Amino acid sequence: MGLFNRMSTVVRAKMNTMMDRVEDPNETLDYSYQKQIELLQNVKRGVAEVATSKKRLELQKAKLSQKMDQLDGQAREAIKSDREDLARQALERKSALTLQAQSLDQQIADLEQEQAKLEATERRLSTKVESFRVKKETIKAQYSAAEAQVKVTESLTGISEEMADVGLAVQRSEDKIETMKARSAALDELVANGTLEDFTGNDDVEKELAKIRAKSDVDADLARLKAEEGK
Amino acid sequence: MIIRIMGEGQFKVSSALLDELNYIDNRIVDRVAKDDEAGFKGELESLISAIKEKGEPLDPTEIVESDIIVPPGDLTLDEAKRVFSGCGLIED
Repeated sequence: MGLFNRMSTVVRAKMNTMMDRVEDPNETLDYSYQKQIELLQNVKRGVAEVATSKKRLELQKAKLSQKMDQLDGQAREAIKSDREDLARQALERKSALTLQAQSLDQQIADLEQEQAKLEATERRLSTKVESFRVKKETIKAQYSAAEAQVKVTESLTGISEEMADVGLAVQRSEDKIETMKARSAALDELVANGTLEDFTGNDDVEKELAKIRAKSDVDADLARLKAEEGK
Repeated sequence: MIIRIMGEGQFKVSSALLDELNYIDNRIVDRVAKDDEAGFKGELESLISAIKEKGEPLDPTEIVESDIIVPPGDLTLDEAKRVFSGCGLIED
């Protein structure tokens, strides 16, 4: 059995659990409609969640870029003071951050795609739900209970398949976001301590550079005083 | 013939395409059996692009059952294995 036969089996199993409730046709139609509205709300929440996650990653990326600029500045300062060892250290740190930044760019692009897909899903489902609502009222108004049964089954099969599809899309999107959240938290932790320590603070490179700066300030002051005192 | 690509909606496709799709489907089964992630991704991609290229998106106001349901394009090899093992992808 191929993948799409299997996939159909999976979806139909889910549909059957949704359609088990067919007792009173009118009630079933209303119940399904109510479920569709709930699902539509879920998709909307999903879209919002993806957008928020994207925003968070973009902020993280901005922070990383800022740190990379700082490291670049440190390396430049170190070179000016003939301290190639310090410059090398700063650039090594920058290179580690570059890899992280590239991975963030990829994740942001993935989320952008995910958002576009979910938005399209929302539009499709919204159209179908409205179409189902009209159909539901027509069935209620025009058919006897016995006749309605066939119509109800027809429209329920179609909409249940849609709902199984959308339900899966929302669930997978949530899973993806969870994974990204975990990765993003891990990166925050890396930046906070460990290898990607806070370069704005008192790291080794910055300490050394501060010493060099202090020394040249002292030298300049000394020279000024000597000149003033005519020594 | 109506085909649903999970996550992308339904497409109206000529039945003549069925042979080609079945052929790709068999290759997908083979790649999954061989644990060949890259091969699996490639085949799934060609399956989905064949449907999109040769089919027309179904009018979203129509509510009909599909003849074939194709998994989402970003399905991972692990997820595909779960579909094959009958555990499914969808929580009850």
